[in-house]
Amino acid sequence: MREKNKSAVAANISKEHQEYLKSVKRDKNFIRTTQILVFVIFIAIWEWAARYKLIDTFLISSPGAISELIFKFIKDGSLFKHLDVSPTEIVAGFFAGTLAGLGIAVLLWWFEKLARITDPYIVILNSLPKTALAPIIILWAGMGFSGIVVTAASISVIVTTMTLYTGFINVEKDKIILLKTMGANKYQILKKVIIPANIPGIMSVIKVNIGLSWIGVIVGEFLVSKAGIGYLILYGSQTFKLDLVMMGVFVLGLIAAVMYFFASWLEKKVIKY
Amino acid sequence: MEYICELKNISKRFHTINNETKAIDDLSFNIKKGEIVSIVGPSGSGKSTVLSLIAGLEKPSEGEVIVNTDSIGFMFQKDQLYEWRNIFKNCILGLEIKHMNTDENKEKVMNMLRNYGLYSFRNHYPSQLSGGMRQRAALVRTLAIEPDLLLLDEPFSALDYQTRLSVGNEVGKILRREKITTILVTHDIPEAVSISDRVIVFTERPAKVKKEYDIEFSQCQGERTPMKCRNTLEFGEYFREIWRDLDAGEE
Repeated sequence: MREKNKSAVAANISKEHQEYLKSVKRDKNFIRTTQILVFVIFIAIWEWAARYKLIDTFLISSPGAISELIFKFIKDGSLFKHLDVSPTEIVAGFFAGTLAGLGIAVLLWWFEKLARITDPYIVILNSLPKTALAPIIILWAGMGFSGIVVTAASISVIVTTMTLYTGFINVEKDKIILLKTMGANKYQILKKVIIPANIPGIMSVIKVNIGLSWIGVIVGEFLVSKAGIGYLILYGSQTFKLDLVMMGVFVLGLIAAVMYFFASWLEKKVIKY
Repeated sequence: MEYICELKNISKRFHTINNETKAIDDLSFNIKKGEIVSIVGPSGSGKSTVLSLIAGLEKPSEGEVIVNTDSIGFMFQKDQLYEWRNIFKNCILGLEIKHMNTDENKEKVMNMLRNYGLYSFRNHYPSQLSGGMRQRAALVRTLAIEPDLLLLDEPFSALDYQTRLSVGNEVGKILRREKITTILVTHDIPEAVSISDRVIVFTERPAKVKKEYDIEFSQCQGERTPMKCRNTLEFGEYFREIWRDLDAGEE
C-alpha cells in the first residue's frame, strides 16, 4: 500500500522536493561512508602500529595476524566447529530466556495477586549478578550444552519478565475498557490489545536479549565447554595466544552484528505504523 | 413505553484507603428506545461514572441499573484507535470480539467507510489521519457492531473548535437518521442542546438529576440537524436556561 502511495507521489513532485530527497540521500550516504571509513582507518592504524613495533603485538596482536589465523581456522575447518557450537547455544538460550520471560510476564498480568506476591522476589532475583550463579546453574543443569543454555537463559529471563510486565500494565486503560464494552474476555484483551500494544517493547527486549544471551554463553563456555567462541578465547588467554583471543572477539562481534541486524530487520517487518 | 435503560435510585461511592467519596446519590432516569439524551453537569459531577454503570463496567453501591440489551457501543474523549491496526482493521475490532466477523458485516463496514469519507484511508494507520477523521473512524468502529445503545463520553472535546462543530454535526445527523438510542455526556451545553431530544442536568457531586429539558425545535425546517438547530431562537433559550442551572450550582 505504501509503495503505491510512494509511486503516486513520485509522478508529480516539485523541483524543491526532488532536491530535498536528494539531500536526504546524500546525508545517508555520508553517514554510511564515514562509518565504514572509521573501521578501515582503525584497522589500518592498528596494522601500521604493529608493523612499526609501536605496540606490543604479543598483547594486542595485529589485524594481519588475526586474519591469517582466521584463514587457517577456516582451512582446517575448526572455525566452523566452534561457530557451530556457540550460535546454537545462543539461539537456544535466547529463545528459552525470552519465551520464559514473556510467559511469566503474561502470567503475572493475568493473576494480579501473583504479581504483587512475587514482586520483592523478582526484584531481588533481578539485582543478583547472574554470572556469579553460573557455576551452580551449570552443576544443576548439566556440564555441557544444557548448562550453558540455562545460564544464558537465566541472565535474560528476569529482566525480560520485568520489562514486559511493566509494559503490559501500562497499556492505556481506555484501550482495555473499549474492549470490555465490546464484551471481550480476558484472553481477547491479552490477544487484541496487551500483546499488540507491546510489540515495540518486545522487539527492544529481543535486541537486548541477544546481547545478554551472548554473555551467558561465553560465561558458560569459560566454565565447562570443549568448543565454541568462549572456549577459544579462554584457551587463547591461558596459553598466551593473544591472536586467538582477538580472533575470538572479532568473530564474536561479527556474529553479534549479524544477529542485531536480523533483529532490526524483523522490527521493521513487524512494526509498520 | 419501552425503556432500553432504567436507573432506579442509584448511588455510587468510591473508596480509597483514606476516605470514601459519594459520586452519585439517589439518581433515577430512564432512556426510551430511539431517544438521544445528553447529560450535562459541573465537571467532576459523576457524569462519566453513570456511563460506566450503564456499560456494566462498574456496579452501583445502591439501586438498580437495568439495561435491556447486551449490545452497547462506547465512545471516548480520545478515539482510542489502535495505532498498530489500519483504519479498516480498527473498524472491525468489535466484530472480531463478538465473533461477527462475516463477509457481510465487513461489507457493511466498507459501506460506512464510504459514507463517512474514510474509504480511501481504509489501509492507512491512525497516525496518518487528522483528529476529525480519527473520531469518525472511531464512530464507524462503534457502529459496526450495530449497538442498541450508544454511550458517548465527551467524544468531541479533544477536537479543535471547528472540527468539533462539523464532526458533532455529522454524528448528530447519523444518530438521528439511524435512530440510534444515545446517551451523550458532555460539558458543552450548545452541543447537548443541538444534538439531543432531552437534556438531563446534574447537580454537583454527589450527582442527582437537577432538571430535565425536552428539547424541541419547532423552527427547524426539514431534517433536524445540529447545525440548523444552532441557528434557531429556541436554541438560545435552552442554552440560557441550562446555563443558569449550572451557574447556580457552581456558586
